[in-house]
Order: sequence, then C-alpha cells, then structure tokens
Amino acid sequence: MAEPMKIRALLKGDVVDIRVLIAHPMETGQRKDAAGVIVPLHFIQNVVVTHNGKTVYEGQWSQAVSRNPVFAVRLRGAKIGDKIGVTWVDNKGDQRTDETVVAPAS
Amino acid sequence: MNPVRRSLFKLTGSVIAIAAAGAAGMLRPMQAWAAPWNKAGFDSKAIADVLKTLGATAATESRDIVITAPDIAENSALVPVEVTSRIPNTQSVSVIAEKNPFPLVATIELFNGSEPYAYVRIKMGQTSNVWAVVKADGKFYTAKKEVKITVGGCG
Repeated sequence: MAEPMKIRALLKGDVVDIRVLIAHPMETGQRKDAAGVIVPLHFIQNVVVTHNGKTVYEGQWSQAVSRNPVFAVRLRGAKIGDKIGVTWVDNKGDQRTDETVVAPAS
Repeated sequence: MNPVRRSLFKLTGSVIAIAAAGAAGMLRPMQAWAAPWNKAGFDSKAIADVLKTLGATAATESRDIVITAPDIAENSALVPVEVTSRIPNTQSVSVIAEKNPFPLVATIELFNGSEPYAYVRIKMGQTSNVWAVVKADGKFYTAKKEVKITVGGCG
C-alpha cells in the first residue's frame, strides 16, 4: 500500500495554491541496484486533481519526473473548506487517492 | 461473468487507447478521467516525434510562456521546472527535456479554474533545453530554456 500524499491547499488572495508531495520511487528502468540488476520501470503515469469532485488538473507523466514527485496547481474560484482531491495511478496499476480542504494562508 | 468476453473487452479497450494516443492526441475526447496515457509520445526518442504525438508540429515560439528553471542544476535528478503561460485560454502544458533518452516528461491539462501554470521536478540526463509546449485555443506555442547539468541524473 502506498504511503499517504501530503497535500496543501492555501487560499492566497483569490487563488488557491495547491502543492502535492507523493511518495513514489519513480524508477526509470535504467538504474542498477547494488547487485548490478536493472531496477524495473516503476513510475506514476496519471495524476488527477479535483476541486469539489470536478477535475481541474490532469497530468500524464513519464519516468523522468523526479522521485517522490512534487507538483503544484494554482486554482481560481475555490473557497475555504472546499475539497481538493488527488489521485495517482502508476504503471503497475497501483493507485492512491487523498483529500484535503482549502485553508487560509496564514 | 464470461471470462473470455471480459478479456476481449480489456483487449479492445487497450487497442483503442493506443490508437487514440497515436492519433496525435487531437482526436482525444475531452473527458475528465482515465485519459489515455500518450504512450507514443512518451516512447519517442526525438523531439520532432514528441511534437507530432502532441499534434504540435506547427507550434510557434511565444514570449508569453515563461519557463523558470535553474541555469545550472545542482542536482540533475531534481530540476524544478515552472511554466507560466500568459496566452489566453491555455488548455495544456507539456514539459520536454530535449536530450533525455525519452524527451517528453509530462503533459498537464488544466480545467475548471486552474491557472495556466505548471510546476514539476524532473530528471535530466545532460545539459539541454527544456521546452514548454502550450496548447491554447487549439493552437500550439513553445518556449525553451537551457539548463546546464554538471553530473548526469538518469543513472
């Protein structure tokens, strides 16, 4: 089971700054382990961010996205308390969904 | 449930997905979830082929796309790339590392109030241009910025 994501959604002015950290190895399929065996390709392919259930971001990623991916979305028209959901799916079919609510920027 | 029929369904589904990805991404339905992953684009080894799969061969260079990335990357496995588009009706942003073994890094589609903005951290094999390809109002625009790499990150 994949680790929970860290999602932060802060309202600054009229834009919500969403930042997401996903724990994932993002293996390129080119790296060799200590025994010299190639570590197979293992990476997140699809990422979707929703605002109160409506899709706002749809990412297709390659293995060249860094390990433990961090990405950001800037969203207009969201209010404090609105739900922000993030779902990812990797090339092995593993997936995870986490949710947070929009908070005021302190 | 008929297992043969099930697997037939799956097979047909994947064939359709590959066909759709190959069809320059232009024929893709604007559905919210389960977008086919652009396999042809992500498997391309040349930037011209990547642009073809995005449908962006006729892309024009634009000064309204701002790429923020380091001039010299301290860690080639972790190069922060930020793209801001000032082109009205920006629909998607693709990030390409020109000299990576597989140049296309990400394609990001934005809907329902998302600002024309993308931030992602990428791996780069060697010094090269980072391209942003922006789709706005159905047209494609590009910008590029060189990032110098001192030690390779795709090892």
